[in-house]
Amino acid sequence: MTNRNLILTAVAKNQPEYQEIPDIPAENNIETETLQSFKQVLSDIGGTALEAKDIAELKVLIQTFFPESSRKVSTMQILSDIVDTDLSSDFPHDFEDVDVAILEGHFGVAENGAVWITEDKMGQRILPFICQHLVLIIHKDEVCATMQQAYAKVGTADYGFGTFIAGPSKTADIEQSLVLGAHGPKSLLVLILS
Amino acid sequence: MEKSKGTHAELAEQFNKDQSRVDWHDETLFWIRNKRDKAAGKIPEWEALREQASAIKNNVLSNLHTYLEDFEKRALKNGIQVHWAVDAAAHNQIVLDILKQHEITEMIKSKSMLTEECQLNEFLAVNGVDVIDTDLGERIVQLAKEPPSHIVLPCIHKKKEEIGELFYKHLGTAKGESDPQVLTAAARVHLRQAFITRRAALTGVNFAVAETGEFVVCTNEGNADMGAHLSEVHIAAMGIEKIIPERKHLGVFLRLLTRSATGQPITTYSSHFKKPRPGQQMHIILVDNGRSTQLGRPDFRNSLKCIRCGACMNTCPVYRRSGGHSYHNAISGPIGAILAPNLNMEKHTDLPFASTLCGSCTYVCPVKIDIHTQLYKWRQVIVKKGFADPAKAAAMKGMEFTLSSPARYRAAGKTGKWILKHVPVMVNNRLNAWYKHREMPAVPITSFRDWYIKNHKHD
Repeated sequence: MTNRNLILTAVAKNQPEYQEIPDIPAENNIETETLQSFKQVLSDIGGTALEAKDIAELKVLIQTFFPESSRKVSTMQILSDIVDTDLSSDFPHDFEDVDVAILEGHFGVAENGAVWITEDKMGQRILPFICQHLVLIIHKDEVCATMQQAYAKVGTADYGFGTFIAGPSKTADIEQSLVLGAHGPKSLLVLILS
Repeated sequence: MEKSKGTHAELAEQFNKDQSRVDWHDETLFWIRNKRDKAAGKIPEWEALREQASAIKNNVLSNLHTYLEDFEKRALKNGIQVHWAVDAAAHNQIVLDILKQHEITEMIKSKSMLTEECQLNEFLAVNGVDVIDTDLGERIVQLAKEPPSHIVLPCIHKKKEEIGELFYKHLGTAKGESDPQVLTAAARVHLRQAFITRRAALTGVNFAVAETGEFVVCTNEGNADMGAHLSEVHIAAMGIEKIIPERKHLGVFLRLLTRSATGQPITTYSSHFKKPRPGQQMHIILVDNGRSTQLGRPDFRNSLKCIRCGACMNTCPVYRRSGGHSYHNAISGPIGAILAPNLNMEKHTDLPFASTLCGSCTYVCPVKIDIHTQLYKWRQVIVKKGFADPAKAAAMKGMEFTLSSPARYRAAGKTGKWILKHVPVMVNNRLNAWYKHREMPAVPITSFRDWYIKNHKHD
């Protein structure tokens, strides 16, 4: 018998009597101040959240935060006057020297400060991880309270790759001392567009 | 990597030689346990979430066969290559074969307790493949040629000065440098080189979704993503129990996992891998290695619900004071002590006894595994099968002889009290293995029986 059949046969023989899947209420604990909590939690986990009333203000904020960064890239054509928006390449390694990546996320989650982003918004899968600093942009109305609501929003979306990003890359492996910038971005700025 | 040799009690004794280190280890872990409490306390529906997670996992175990087939079907459709491994040897061989196909002799690996369980690194090393572990804690223990001592915090037993010394020797940091900030920055540079140059990456799997054929990998450092997205070949290794039915169930588990582990609201990255990147090969290995056997044991199958948060270790008074290496098993602590006898009972007869049965592990478990009950049940199985420690077995026989006759029991009680009072050295000497682990109680003035007879004469 193949390994596959050996395993499936043993599992079928040994699994207990069928138990129903429980109902998962998606709408529990809805906070009214989701935006405020999102900003607070994100700041608690080492990120920064700022609001921008329009694209012009957003551009000003990006320029203010990263005035001298050498390589700034984005998938958002609307930013093509301030950053490089041509991300076509067959080699993810080409993005090793990216200083700042500016990407559009789908929505934020208030309870943990995470932003959901899928491959189509990344340009390259490696981009949100390999850059030194990451900027994620979400719309003010796109903040939900909990992870159950987050998955209700994701629904049955088809993607090759998607990720929740909550704060900058970090580690506390050395004596539990928190250090930001383990392998991925050293900072995360979330810009919330009105 | 050299596994610790000796029983839990012997290895714990070694660890306990340095009292200040034991105190430091104990306090650090309990500090993390407290962070877990704070995080859980902020979620009003925490207990309901634990209940839901437990019920979802019960459903998974009861329908695993179908979920595995569903997952395989959808993963294949998504362009992922699916492999099955009955045991550690089969798993290791699959990894080696994939690497050979691509003529790859250097791989990077993010955290995967399954590959520790299978001793993949050791196997690949003798077959000419070099592996670099990319999780900072794992890299540190790898440089020290030690196994991880904790599933979430691999080098929790190491002081920063010791890590500084390792980095000085292997990564060229300054002699005496022990600042975590500086050491982490050095590791970042060193490991980035590995990410950029190595063509194959292996990651673990936190959850695999039967409904969609995708799998989720959680890290704080971003090392799994750095490896996977830069690689030509991504291999993900998972135990068959990591399956969950639907994508929406991730909402429950991701709320519980990191709050239980470290008190964070979520890991920095919760990455959902559904299809390979264009031009990339993605493989997933479904590993049994004793899990289907455990599934057939009604008293112990619940252990397969584990999501590897480590909360039971952080809270365990024995783990905190004996250190992870004393469990001489890839997964240490209370959960390790109920998983290990399943794989090899004879080798791990000591582990279910490495517990006070206080139940703290069960109390914090996010998927409601009855850990301390299972520890107690394993003890019974082990003694019945004749695997108990000979000294303990002899003592039990003596107890049975004494307790089976009221007259003998009364005589023994009197003698025992007299000895404890007048010649305590007969009990608290080094030859009495039982005393070694305990302090003797003060001797009561009179036995309960004598007291009862005296005070209830007229009843």
